[in-house]
Amino acid sequence: MQLSGAQMVIEALGREGIKTVFGYPGGAIMNVYDEVYKQNYFEHILTRHEQAAVHAADGYARAKGDVGVAFVTSGPGFTNAVTGLATAYMDSVPIVVISGQVPITMIGTDAFQEIDAVGISRSCVKHNYLVKDVNELPKILKEAFYIARTGRPGPVHIDIPKDVTAQIGEFVYPKSIKLKTYKPNYNGNPRQIKKAIELIAESKRPVLYLGGGVMSSSATKPVREFVQLTGIPAVETLMARGSLCYDNEYLFGMLGMHGSYAANMAMSEADLMIAVGARFDDRVTGKLSEFAKHAKIIHIDIDPSSIGKIVDVDLPIVGDIKNVIKDMIPRMKDKIKKESFAPWVELLKRYDEIHPLGFEDSDEVIKPQWVIKRVGETLGDKAIITTDVGQHQMWTAQFYPFTNPRQFITSGGLGTMGFGLPAAMGVKKAKEDKISINFSGDGSILMNIQELMTAVESKIPVINIILNNNFLGMVRQWQTFFYDKRYASTDLSMQPDFVKLAESFGGVGFRCTTKEEFSEALEKAIQSGKVALLDVVVDRLENVLPMVPSGGTLYNMMLDFKE
Amino acid sequence: MAETRRVISVIVLNEHGVLSRIAGLFAGRGYNIESLTVAPVPQSEFSRFTIVTRGNERVIEQILKQLHKLIPTYKVIENSDFVEKEMALVKLPLSSDFNGLDAILKAFNGTVANAGSDFIIVMIADDSDRVGHFIKAMSKYNPIDIVRGGSVAMER
Repeated sequence: MQLSGAQMVIEALGREGIKTVFGYPGGAIMNVYDEVYKQNYFEHILTRHEQAAVHAADGYARAKGDVGVAFVTSGPGFTNAVTGLATAYMDSVPIVVISGQVPITMIGTDAFQEIDAVGISRSCVKHNYLVKDVNELPKILKEAFYIARTGRPGPVHIDIPKDVTAQIGEFVYPKSIKLKTYKPNYNGNPRQIKKAIELIAESKRPVLYLGGGVMSSSATKPVREFVQLTGIPAVETLMARGSLCYDNEYLFGMLGMHGSYAANMAMSEADLMIAVGARFDDRVTGKLSEFAKHAKIIHIDIDPSSIGKIVDVDLPIVGDIKNVIKDMIPRMKDKIKKESFAPWVELLKRYDEIHPLGFEDSDEVIKPQWVIKRVGETLGDKAIITTDVGQHQMWTAQFYPFTNPRQFITSGGLGTMGFGLPAAMGVKKAKEDKISINFSGDGSILMNIQELMTAVESKIPVINIILNNNFLGMVRQWQTFFYDKRYASTDLSMQPDFVKLAESFGGVGFRCTTKEEFSEALEKAIQSGKVALLDVVVDRLENVLPMVPSGGTLYNMMLDFKE
Repeated sequence: MAETRRVISVIVLNEHGVLSRIAGLFAGRGYNIESLTVAPVPQSEFSRFTIVTRGNERVIEQILKQLHKLIPTYKVIENSDFVEKEMALVKLPLSSDFNGLDAILKAFNGTVANAGSDFIIVMIADDSDRVGHFIKAMSKYNPIDIVRGGSVAMER
């Protein structure tokens, strides 16, 4: 079949089963957009900024568990998309971003809207391509999707010069791909698995350290079975929230800087850590030399470079988490006695009783944590939650009752403010039967506020809940704790009228200063079926606690803060 | 952890941009490249990178894993029994007194690679240390220019 490069892009997306593409046109990618206009494979959603297009594709991918796609043009279109690529890269999210480029004949001449896109994206993608021959395009497109979704998933960027999208070539779309140089290892070495089971059987105080890989691998089913079978207590990273149901008796919450006391003590006192798709981020480990220092470490990960990167590991298992855990389960049955871990679980429960995760509620002001809990009680697993970055993000991770995997979607690794609203749009397109809630802050929401227009135009009823404390809250908190309250550039008292702002875009807005107003507004927002924005005035100086100060030890948490 | 010198041989697909992927990996993660030699592997779609680097155990392990993680990487060879050679070209002015040059060239298996109206170019190919010694020995002939290549290595 003879097709133009632009037609090849459309045809490939059709064959990959893509139903939604986010993007923003421009000169260098116009040939592709001309074919978008003519096709019926997918819906194209016009965002109002390229960064948002990539975040939306990212949110779509995370919620759906499949590849998200975005189109951007050359030059500034592409550079705007870079934050989106980096966000997806740090959290191992499979997306394919296709950018236009100036014609091959003009590359290197500093042409209008020319930038070395593959040079820029190289360090924040799993792989990238500059297409120089239209006949290579079908194979590159197939490879891009294959690489994005296999192994440790990640973003792939394809840069296509304008003349390539115009040229005609033979379109042969490969059915499958086999690359000599890229062969992820999916099955754990049986001998290593056997040794792991021996280590678990010998241990008295094992702990499961669940990371984002549990989501990427869609491994929650076997992981939940593993936990119920063995009775080994588990802790989750930010990226792994929802791996276990929030009320699971063996789940001791999130660990790390704003983790629960019990979770951090579990890590500190464990004699065996089973790291599952986690990567020992500095926000998790605190001071490395003190991190889990009594524990032997088993590390299961599909990416060998994650193993031994930060800490030395006693037993590495390279493989897909789903497969490795599935392999372990039948062999555990007669080797592991659930009762033997009971005293350890009891100890952790006691820790949880001594210092439970909590906050002091108030009748005078709305506490931000109350808002999260209230939404949790109202919507529970009917909602998929996205966040921006900062205090509200941590409170959401701490207090929202997550029942399912892929229910909590947040920028963990890169910590990208402005992620929430566009990601929430992607979520809603991926899971139309769910309510898409975006918790944001008065700082973050303004970083992609233009996307209210996209949401209204494309009828994507995202509900944004701004925990408004008139501060860049997390930085303000650090200034309070560590910088003698010198609030340099964190006071956000100057604000737009968020209600009018939402209305001006064609959405609905609510300002909430009491709990009653909030509950009512939430109800109205859900009923409206419209793009909504709730401006919730919360306690200005509330802090995220407990906290392990940067470089501190997990067992020495700051449990409260007294002036 | 002590830093050691390591020679790493990387077989990669010989395609557009692969050098920047490898160089970028080293730059972005703060690893150091002491020398780098690249050439196509004859009759194949691959190129061989011979990289000399320094680092402690953990750094070297990460370098190997990160190199392997690059999509075009076929094979990463390290720590095997390598025969390793470097080469150097040295340009000497004919105005110098070449007393003893023949003996030095003989000792290092060196040759005269080229000669002009006012200079000669001598060359050697040898172990890294011996190339260093040779260059030192050349200093008394007032070299105009010295070009030293990176390592090439082959498993025994």
